[in-house]
Amino acid sequence: MTSRAESVLHSASSLGRTVDALFLSLLGITGVVAIAVATLIVFFAVRYRAGSKADRSNPPVRARWIEICWTVTPLAIFIGLFVWSSLVFSDFYRPPADAMRIHVLARQWMWKLEHDNGRREINELHVPAGQPVELIMTSQDVIHSFFVPAFRVKQDVLPGRYTSLWFTATRAGRFNLFCAEYCGTDHSNMHGSVVVMQPADFAAWLAATPGDQDLASRGFEIYRRAGCSGCHEATSTVHAPSLVGLFGRTVQLSGGGSLVADDNYIRDSILLPDKHVAAGFAPVMPSYQGQLDEEDIRALIAYIASQRSAQ
Amino acid sequence: MSAEPSRAFHPSSYLHGGYTLASWLTTRDHKRIALLYMISITGFFFLGGAAASIIRLELLTPNGDLVDAQTYNELFTAHGVIMVWFFLIPSIPATLGNFLIPLMIGAREVAFPRLNLASWYIYTLGGIFVLITLLAGGVDTGWTFYTPFSTLFSRSNVVLAVCGVFIVGFSSILTGLNFIVTVHRLRAPGMTWFKLPLFVWANYATSAILVLATPILAMTLLLIAFERITHIGIFDPALGGDPLLFQHLFWFYSHPAVYIMVLPAMGVASEIIPCFARKPVFGYRTMAYAILGIAMIGFLVWGHHMFVSGQSMYASVVFSLLSFLVAIPSAIKVFNWTATLYKGSISFSSPMLYALGFVGLFTIGGLTGLFLAATALDVHLTDTYFVIAHFHYIMVGGTVMAYLGGLHFWWPKIVGRSYPETWARIAAVTIFVGFNLTFFPQYLLGVLGMPRRYHTYAPEYQLLNEFSSTGAGILAVGYLLPLAYLIWAMLRGKHAEANPWGATGLEWQTPSPPPQENFEEIPTDVPEPYAYRAVES
Repeated sequence: MTSRAESVLHSASSLGRTVDALFLSLLGITGVVAIAVATLIVFFAVRYRAGSKADRSNPPVRARWIEICWTVTPLAIFIGLFVWSSLVFSDFYRPPADAMRIHVLARQWMWKLEHDNGRREINELHVPAGQPVELIMTSQDVIHSFFVPAFRVKQDVLPGRYTSLWFTATRAGRFNLFCAEYCGTDHSNMHGSVVVMQPADFAAWLAATPGDQDLASRGFEIYRRAGCSGCHEATSTVHAPSLVGLFGRTVQLSGGGSLVADDNYIRDSILLPDKHVAAGFAPVMPSYQGQLDEEDIRALIAYIASQRSAQ
Repeated sequence: MSAEPSRAFHPSSYLHGGYTLASWLTTRDHKRIALLYMISITGFFFLGGAAASIIRLELLTPNGDLVDAQTYNELFTAHGVIMVWFFLIPSIPATLGNFLIPLMIGAREVAFPRLNLASWYIYTLGGIFVLITLLAGGVDTGWTFYTPFSTLFSRSNVVLAVCGVFIVGFSSILTGLNFIVTVHRLRAPGMTWFKLPLFVWANYATSAILVLATPILAMTLLLIAFERITHIGIFDPALGGDPLLFQHLFWFYSHPAVYIMVLPAMGVASEIIPCFARKPVFGYRTMAYAILGIAMIGFLVWGHHMFVSGQSMYASVVFSLLSFLVAIPSAIKVFNWTATLYKGSISFSSPMLYALGFVGLFTIGGLTGLFLAATALDVHLTDTYFVIAHFHYIMVGGTVMAYLGGLHFWWPKIVGRSYPETWARIAAVTIFVGFNLTFFPQYLLGVLGMPRRYHTYAPEYQLLNEFSSTGAGILAVGYLLPLAYLIWAMLRGKHAEANPWGATGLEWQTPSPPPQENFEEIPTDVPEPYAYRAVES
């Protein structure tokens, strides 16, 4: 049991090291304060116990300077901690551009994962060491939370939208994966592992049993079957925006404003097409709510993402 | 008052104003209503404690071998709902606050005595709903009722439970309203704001939070019931709703609720520590302003419960800063209590043991809160046992310790009899030891990544869970002791004097137990607060 506990204490991701440095610093600071307060209380309690001969002349009832001192000092320390923590935290939101995308679908009570080549896993996620991995996650039912203690990462997984999380595993091994947001009867059984492999081993593993189709090809089939191509192809007579090069581009919206075409934007455009209408286009697209499931939408997004610079 | 009446019950003691059940159930005396509340919340405390005991027994081993998963989930939900809304929130304000605020400010009653009784009936009605919920098979959403699980997925008695909490909220609002008006309108002549005991300041600030925050909870709970019954989308994205909207609304109430629970505890500590150090509280005005500061900033930190929820990074950063800031007035309070001891003349009667225990445990709970205010650390620690340990240090180590300290401090005043001091000290030490053994290992479990609300867990967490469960056994004994000897004292204890501790508040200037009208004559000579003088050596 100790070896497993140690494997959690010794972080296994690139973010983990910076998080642990902050943790240990805060532990040091709060430890000093806790010990100081406890020592003072015990010291005063003994020295000034009723009947002791300690000097009690001029007992202070207030002292402006000391109160200012113990207000300003913690304030300064807190601001420092806040800035440090916020800087580390902002890294959680900046996945490297070359991160490998893996798709996570959570449901009561399992984790379903799919790699870009169509290989699927349940409750087990294989990733290569040393390479950034970005998880694009959504839930089929209630809120779950993807938590890998050894990586110091956690992100709630919501129905109806994508949330994401990234990490770079720093050493090979098998690490606990937990659901950290209470999700119903078998919440505590919604666990699994993240298996970190050497890159060569991972490549072999990934190629060993790929899915029937890679994600983008499946997306292309849906793109034609669901009729997306009828409007969005360049040859179409309907005035609809082209999807080539869309993913990751800044989109101007009708009615002003703009946003980056990410997973959530494309998802919303499929299910809630009136939410963000691209500038210069009429809101004529029908909603595909109920016609496409989470896996279809994921595949469609993968297809659109694959059309970055094609043609 | 001659010395004689302090030896025996004052003939017009509030306890003697009628012995029938009806005389208690129709009373408008704030002191009797305080006792009604005390009996009710004690019942709920031990009910919630029983749920906790089964939880800790289950967690002795990694596998689920005592209760099944569904039952386990219902147990921790019952524990949370009961302890938060039916014990902690009413605990100090509705019992000690009700009993003492009029006495401390030199009033004969609260501003609205009938409303005060109505509050208790509303509380009881809410409690009945919760008991029916339990008998009907329980509810499994956790006390946080997160959507869309609570609205469309849970198959348990969510609407019933939500009704109970909705109802009990009105008792909070009415109590808060009553205290605010009482403090504004009924202070004795000469009792200026800066002569108020800090206990009154704390309950005043708490009342403001009760009145301002509780309606938000009420609306949120109604929306849960509404979505659950009508399937009109508010929180469930499948219906077009937003699950994070629920979390914002819920924590907009529930974070200030933390201060509802802990501010009165700070008030109790601020009464006990000066009395047993025989010194005025250090920095009285700063202490009062710190209470107000906590109450105000406490409304602006709710988003720190949502750092990994999917809310915007920028929102999280702002909430993080505000969460660090709210720690400042709490830190000031700890430093000032410590400084109060300096050059005092300290004795260690049982109330003081509880109060010092409160300061120590609150300090640890507060310092570990900094880890959770720091966004980057909260990502790892949130929803683990670290959070459980943190808020139990505040709620149990803080509030329950202070509540017990207050009960011991004012018990002679309340029942007119004294309890066995040796037993009280044994209980205080037992609770302190049991508490730390129960909850300190949970910090370690959290750092090691054990998620909360887990019926079964990975085997590497077993040893620390065994420590925790053992501690819970000791803690249970610690809590049963005061139940036994305080009841015994009420029936058989030696008659108490009007002012057994030599304390300064106005409540000590009237006999124990106080007469029905509190004071024979309203005090007009109001001393400075905490006019203690250390014994010269």
